[in-house]
Amino acid sequence: MRALIIAEHDNRALRKATLAAVTAARAITDDVTVLVAGWNCKSVVEEAAKIAGVGKVLHADAVHYEHALAEELAPLIVNAAAGITHLIASATTFGKNVMPRAAALLDVAPVADVVRIESPDTFVRPIYAGNAMATVQCPEPVKVLTVRATAFAAAAPGGGSAIVELLAAATPVGLSTFISAQLTVSSRPELTDAKVVISGGRGLGSAENFRLIEQIADKLGAAIGASRAAVDAGYVPNDYQVGQTGKVVAPELYIAVGISGAIQHLAGMKDSKVIVAINKDAEAPIFEIADYGLVADLFKALPELSAALDKRP
Amino acid sequence: MKILVAIKRVIDANVRVRVRSDGAGVEMANVKMAMNPFCEIAVEEAVRLQEAGKAREIVAVSVGAGNCQDILRTALAIGADRAILVETDLETQPLGVAKTLRALAEREKPDLFMLGKQAVDDDNNQTGQMLAALLGWPQGTFASKVEPVDGRVNVMREIDGGLETVSLKLPAVITTDLRLNEPRYVKLPNIMKAKKKRLDIVKPVDLGVDLAPRLKIVKVAEPSKRKAGIKVESAQALVDKLRNEAKVI
Ligand SMILES: Cc1cc2nc3c(=O)[nH]c(=O)nc-3n(C[C@H](O)[C@H](O)[C@H](O)COP(=O)(O)OP(=O)(O)OC[C@H]3O[C@@H](n4cnc5c(N)ncnc54)[C@H](O)[C@@H]3O)c2cc1C
Ligand SMILES: Nc1ncnc2c1ncn2[C@@H]1O[C@H](COP(=O)(O)O)[C@@H](O)[C@H]1O
Repeated sequence: MRALIIAEHDNRALRKATLAAVTAARAITDDVTVLVAGWNCKSVVEEAAKIAGVGKVLHADAVHYEHALAEELAPLIVNAAAGITHLIASATTFGKNVMPRAAALLDVAPVADVVRIESPDTFVRPIYAGNAMATVQCPEPVKVLTVRATAFAAAAPGGGSAIVELLAAATPVGLSTFISAQLTVSSRPELTDAKVVISGGRGLGSAENFRLIEQIADKLGAAIGASRAAVDAGYVPNDYQVGQTGKVVAPELYIAVGISGAIQHLAGMKDSKVIVAINKDAEAPIFEIADYGLVADLFKALPELSAALDKRP
Repeated sequence: MKILVAIKRVIDANVRVRVRSDGAGVEMANVKMAMNPFCEIAVEEAVRLQEAGKAREIVAVSVGAGNCQDILRTALAIGADRAILVETDLETQPLGVAKTLRALAEREKPDLFMLGKQAVDDDNNQTGQMLAALLGWPQGTFASKVEPVDGRVNVMREIDGGLETVSLKLPAVITTDLRLNEPRYVKLPNIMKAKKKRLDIVKPVDLGVDLAPRLKIVKVAEPSKRKAGIKVESAQALVDKLRNEAKVI
């Protein structure tokens, strides 16, 4: 068996979710190759070659790979898939955009959001917003998988010394062009990668009030998340959304403030190690899954929490 | 512009889904069904493009059992012009659906094919991307803004880092995200009008497609439960617990 991982990166650095994909691949086979397709992305290739457990890195460098357009990447992946039994990417917007397209070109049914590998052809994935776990057997000659970074430990970023091979770029497809990106710039840790996440919901009431959340985040070195209601209301950008249709996180500590705990939100955070809920409604469903619940008005509780964090033990 | 919109019938997003005790799936008996919320957003967007004079005809299509006619009628009530049901009793999976939708696209020749980004039952988030690949069309996935301009369409996409805008050649496939629009409330007169609109039923064999599932669902199980937690009295008590008991800060 041979696995090919499609690296996710911004032409400068590897996204950490790729390291989890390596761990998932290693649960299947020792023969693991990483494909780095980009434009002037040599630093990413060097990074990928050092990942423990990676034997080979394929490097495709061309201007039409600069923005990771699925239309361009899918044919390249198909070219690289000869002799491969498992094509794997992280279950991020990158992986979800590209992998089904590659799978359809190969005429195989892909498996999304894998959280457990039972055997080389049998995988566990959540369905119905995590209300159920499906065990899926995939008889396809090539298994195309996206895997959740919350379910697989990150492979060691150092210690490996993979051989690097150049892979010829595929002919440009030219169906789509990148126009612009508005990326959220933050000095805080990445949401999907943070040890502590504090999320705000509709209870915050306004974008300004998110400052109360920021204050706690600063003290805990936390990333900030949000419910869909808070994003829809414009309190925070779309990429803060945690849940069934947003990001899936599993930090050491997740603090939900002014969030009721709809199943769609729980789908994105219920595998966190410790969950704290602050809500003025003692009946809010979020308390059913919280390890520590504080029934309180957040406008009183957050300043108090901030003060309590300042007091050294 | 002609727009095809693919819609799926799923358990209503507000229903608390229960796993069947025999592990063969989830409880479907007497459960409220509805149009997948993302598909509703896709229909709404198509209708808005038509209202803005940018689309000529909207055809809603679904692949599934005979009772999918109810969601197709809903799409007609929102404003689609006609509907097609590809009738099958098989459990549909993205690859088979994508091949069916390709066959419909070859017949209907739309300029845009709109789908939801994900069906909230299987949570696959695959069908639109696969359809685009099979047709050799570009894809604008997770769309939060759709703007047709001179034979192309600009799509703003919700991605992990924020937002990204791409320009696609037409014909194209678009999959909708939550913030693209807020679907309208359907009024009674429109529901009445929808009853008179054309709804064709075709069989997969008429389209020459095979919907047999490729993936086998071995079993469906309950997710692991979290153990019950405790309530704390104050922010100070919370910090003490997090420091000394949970040791996470
Ligand atoms: C297809 C679909 C996909 C979805 N995907 C997602 C998703 O990915 N992520 C997601 O989060 N949601 C998602 N949702 C939405 C989800 O169903 C809920 O509507 C949403 O999570 C509610 O957000 P909320 O908890 O912030 O708001 P609400 O449910 O309105 O809860 C607000 C809470 O704040 C509390 N509160 C108010 N004021 C205060 C105060 N002063 N102090 C303390 N507490 C206060 C209230 O008691 C209440 O519990 C999706 C829905 C659908 C249909
Ligand atoms: N059986 C179906 N009939 C019509 N459209 C479907 C069907 N299954 C999936 N789709 C479309 O594909 C989208 C994504 O579904 P999925 O890939 O299953 O998450 C849905 O929002 C629909 O627009």
